[in-house]
Amino acid sequence: MTVAVNPSQTGEPVFYLADEHPHPEGYSTSLGFWIYLMSDCLIFAILFATFGVLGANYAAGPAPKDLFDLDLVAVNTSMLLLSSITYGFAMLTMQQNKIAQTQMWLAITGLFGLAFIGIELTEFAHMIHEGATPQRSAFLSAFFTLVGTHGLHVSCGLIWLVTLMVQVGKFGLIEANRRRLMCLSMFWHFLDVVWIGVFTFVYLLGVLR
Amino acid sequence: MSPDLLKLIFGRLGIDSLPLHEPILVGTFVMVALGGITLFAGVTYFRLWGYLWREWFTTVDHKRIGIMYMILGIVMLLRGFADALMMRAQQALAFGGSEGFLPAHHYDQVFTAHGVIMIFFVAMPLVTGLMNYVVPLQIGARDVSFPFLNNFSFWMTVGGAVLVMASLFIGEFARTGWLAYPPLSNIGYSPDVGVDYYIWALQVAGVGTTLSGINLICTIVKLRCPGMTMMRMPVFTWTSLCTNILIVASFPVLTVVLALLSLDRYVGTNFFTNDFGGSPMMYVNLIWIWGHPEVYILVLPAFGIFSEVTSTFSGKRLFGYTSMVYATVVITILSYLVWLHHFFTMGSGASVNSFFGITTMIISIPTGAKMFNWLFTMYRGRIRFELPMMWTIAFMLTFVLGGMTGVLLAVPPADFVLHNSLFLIAHFHNVIIGGVVFGAFAGINYWFPKAFGFKLDPFWGKLSFWFWVTGFYLAFMPLYVLGLMGVTRRLRVFDDPSLQIWFVIAAIGAGLVFLGILSMLMQFAVSFLKREQLEDVTGDPWDARTLEWATSSPPPDYNFAFTPVVHDNDAWWDMKRRGYQRPLTGFKPIHMPSSTGTGIILAGFATAMGFGLIWYIWWLAAASFIAMLVVGIGHTFNYHRDFDIPADDVIRTEDARTKLLAGAK
Repeated sequence: MTVAVNPSQTGEPVFYLADEHPHPEGYSTSLGFWIYLMSDCLIFAILFATFGVLGANYAAGPAPKDLFDLDLVAVNTSMLLLSSITYGFAMLTMQQNKIAQTQMWLAITGLFGLAFIGIELTEFAHMIHEGATPQRSAFLSAFFTLVGTHGLHVSCGLIWLVTLMVQVGKFGLIEANRRRLMCLSMFWHFLDVVWIGVFTFVYLLGVLR
Repeated sequence: MSPDLLKLIFGRLGIDSLPLHEPILVGTFVMVALGGITLFAGVTYFRLWGYLWREWFTTVDHKRIGIMYMILGIVMLLRGFADALMMRAQQALAFGGSEGFLPAHHYDQVFTAHGVIMIFFVAMPLVTGLMNYVVPLQIGARDVSFPFLNNFSFWMTVGGAVLVMASLFIGEFARTGWLAYPPLSNIGYSPDVGVDYYIWALQVAGVGTTLSGINLICTIVKLRCPGMTMMRMPVFTWTSLCTNILIVASFPVLTVVLALLSLDRYVGTNFFTNDFGGSPMMYVNLIWIWGHPEVYILVLPAFGIFSEVTSTFSGKRLFGYTSMVYATVVITILSYLVWLHHFFTMGSGASVNSFFGITTMIISIPTGAKMFNWLFTMYRGRIRFELPMMWTIAFMLTFVLGGMTGVLLAVPPADFVLHNSLFLIAHFHNVIIGGVVFGAFAGINYWFPKAFGFKLDPFWGKLSFWFWVTGFYLAFMPLYVLGLMGVTRRLRVFDDPSLQIWFVIAAIGAGLVFLGILSMLMQFAVSFLKREQLEDVTGDPWDARTLEWATSSPPPDYNFAFTPVVHDNDAWWDMKRRGYQRPLTGFKPIHMPSSTGTGIILAGFATAMGFGLIWYIWWLAAASFIAMLVVGIGHTFNYHRDFDIPADDVIRTEDARTKLLAGAK
C-alpha cells in the first residue's frame, strides 16, 4: 500500500489512498480461527471446571479406580498424538506442493483419528455395560460429558478432514485450500492439547485419587 | 392413526399443546395472525418478496444487516414490553383478595419471557445492530472481516427469537425466571416444553452472537484504515472491541451451562440435580460467569455512543480519551471478577463474599472516571440539545442513581436484606434502561440520518423522550421503596393493602413508557413522511467528528470510494479542519463480497432442529441437523464469493453525490 502518512514531508496531507490493493482473500482468517479456538477452549475450560467440582461425587457408585483401564487410555492417547504428528507431515508436504503425499498423510491422520474414536467408544460401551452410565453419578455425568465433547470435536474434525481431502483432490493445493488445511491443523493440534489435559486430570489424577 | 405413530411423527406435540383455553393468548394470537396475514399479503401484493430476498435477506452488507438487527430489536421490544405492561397491571390489581387477571401458570411465563426477550432479543440486537452498522464505517473499512458469517449470525439470532415467539402459541414458555435455575428448571419440576424452548432459543441465538463477536473483533483488529492506530480509534469502536471480546469470552460459558442443563433434562445426567452428587449451585455459578459479563456487553457500547454524542454535540474533542479507553479495558477485565455478587446469600462465607463485594465496588471507579470525562467534555463546550444529547444527559442522571444503588447492593450484609427484592429489580432496570436503552435511543437518533439520509423528527422524538424518562422514574422509584419494605420479586398476589398505591404508581409509569414507545413509532412514521423536509445531503448533519460522517448518507455499498487515511483522533474533524477536498476522479473498480442465501437457510434448519428437540420430534431434529451439515459443507465448495463493482458504477454513484453536494451549497 502506498501511504504518505506524514503530511510534513509531502506538503499536502494525504487523506485517502488513491491507489490501493484490496486485502487478500482470507486476510483475517487465521486471527478469526484463533479466536474461535479460544472460545472453544473456554468450552473445555468450563467442562474441566465442572469435572473438578463434581468429579469426586461418586454417589456410592464406581470411582475412577474401578473404571479406568490406563493401558487402553495410553494406547488411545498415542493414537491421537501420532495423528498430530502425521498431520504435521501433511502440512510439510503441502508446503512442498506434493498433492498425493499430502493426501496420503491426511488419510493416515484420519485413520488414527478413527482409531481414537473407536477405542473411546469401546471404553464407553464397556463402562456403560458395567453399570457406570452417565446417569449413575455426578462424577460420571461430568466424565462422559468432558471426554465425549472432546470425542465429538475429533469426529467433527474427521468430517472436516474428509471434506478437505475431497476439495484438495478436486481443486488442488490452491491458496484457499492451504488456508483451510492450516485451520484444520490448528484445530487438530488444539484437540491434542485438550486431550493432554483430559489424560492428566481425568485419567491419571483420577486413578491416584 | 395409532398413538405410537402419532408420537413418532409429532413427538409430544398435540392439539392440547395449543393454549385454546387461555382467552388472552387466543386474542393475542388472532391479532398477531391478522397482522401477519396483512403483512404477508402486502408484501405479496407489492411484489416485494424478490426484492426482500435479494437486497435484504441474503445481503452480506454490514449496513443492511445492522438495520435488520435494529428492526428485530424494536419488534421484540413491543413483545417484551407487552409482557411488562401485563405484569404491572397484574401487580396493581391483585390486592384485597383479588387474583388479578393472570393465572399463575401464565404469569410465571410472562415474567420469564419478559427478561429473556428484553436481554437476548431486544438489548442484544439493538447493540449488535449499532456495532454492525457503525464500526466498519468508523474504521474506514468496506465491510466486516467475514461478511457471510455476519449474515448467518443475524439469522441465527432471528431463529432464537422465532422459537421464543412460537412458545407463545405452541405449548408454553419457561416458568422459571429468566436464568432458569435448577432444580426448578430440571425435568422433575418443569416436565413441559417451557424450559426446552428457553434452552434452544438461547442456544440457536447464542451461536449467532458468538460468531458475530469473533467477526467484529477481527474487523477492528485487521481492517482499520491506514493511520488509524489503536489509540486513534473512535471510543465507540473501542467499546465495541471490548464488548466483542467479552462476548467471545463469555457466551461459550452460557453454551456449556445450557448444554449441561439439556443433558440433565434429556439424558438424565446429574449435573444440577439434588441427587447422585449433582449441585444446583454449580449452575448458578456458571450462568453468572456468563451473566455478569453480559451486562457489560450491553452497556459498554452504550458508553461508546454517549462518548461520540457528547463530543459531537459539545463541539469538543472528548475529554480524557486515553483514560476513557483504559477505563473501558479495566471494566472489561473486572467484569469477570464479580459474578458471585448475584448470590451472596449462597453461603460461601465471609471471605469469598468480601472479595466479590470489593471487586464489585471497584468497578464503580472506572465507570465514575467515564462520567467525569463526559462532564468535562461538556464543560465550556457549545452544547446543542438535540435528541441524542438529551438522551445522553438523561442517561448521566439516571445511571449515576442506578450505579449508587448498585454499590449499595454490593455490600454483602445489605444484600442479605435486599437479595431478590424489588430493590434489586429497580436497580437493574435503572442501569439497563438508563444505560443500555437510553444509549440505544441516543444511537438511533444520532446515526439514523447516516443510515437513511434524513433526520428523525424532533417533535415526536422529544415527546417520546419525556414520556420515557418520566415514565421510567414513576415506574421504578416505587419499586425501590417496595424493595426496602421487603417485597420480593415475581409475586403474583399481595395481602398487605398498604403496598397497593406503590404498584399503582409503577403501573402509571409503565403506561407513560408505553406512550413513549408509541411516540417513537410515530416519530419513525412522521420522519418517513416528512423525509424531504428532514433530508440531509451533506452526509454530516451534526457537524460530527468521526469517519462515518465522511461518506454520503446513506453510504454507498462500498462505504468509501477511496480508503481514508487517518492522521488524528476524530479523523473527520481533522479532515474538515485541514481543508480536505473530496476526490472527484480516479475511481477504480471495488472488490466486494457477494450475497448468499446460505445464512438464512442454515439458520432455518437450526431453528427447525431446535423445534424438533423441544417437542421430541426426533426425525425433524435429525433431518434438520443433516441438512445443516449438507448445506454448510456444500457452501465450502463455492470458492467464488466476491465480485468487483465496476468503476463506471462507482463513478455514477460518486457523481450523483457531487451533484447533491453542489445543490446543498
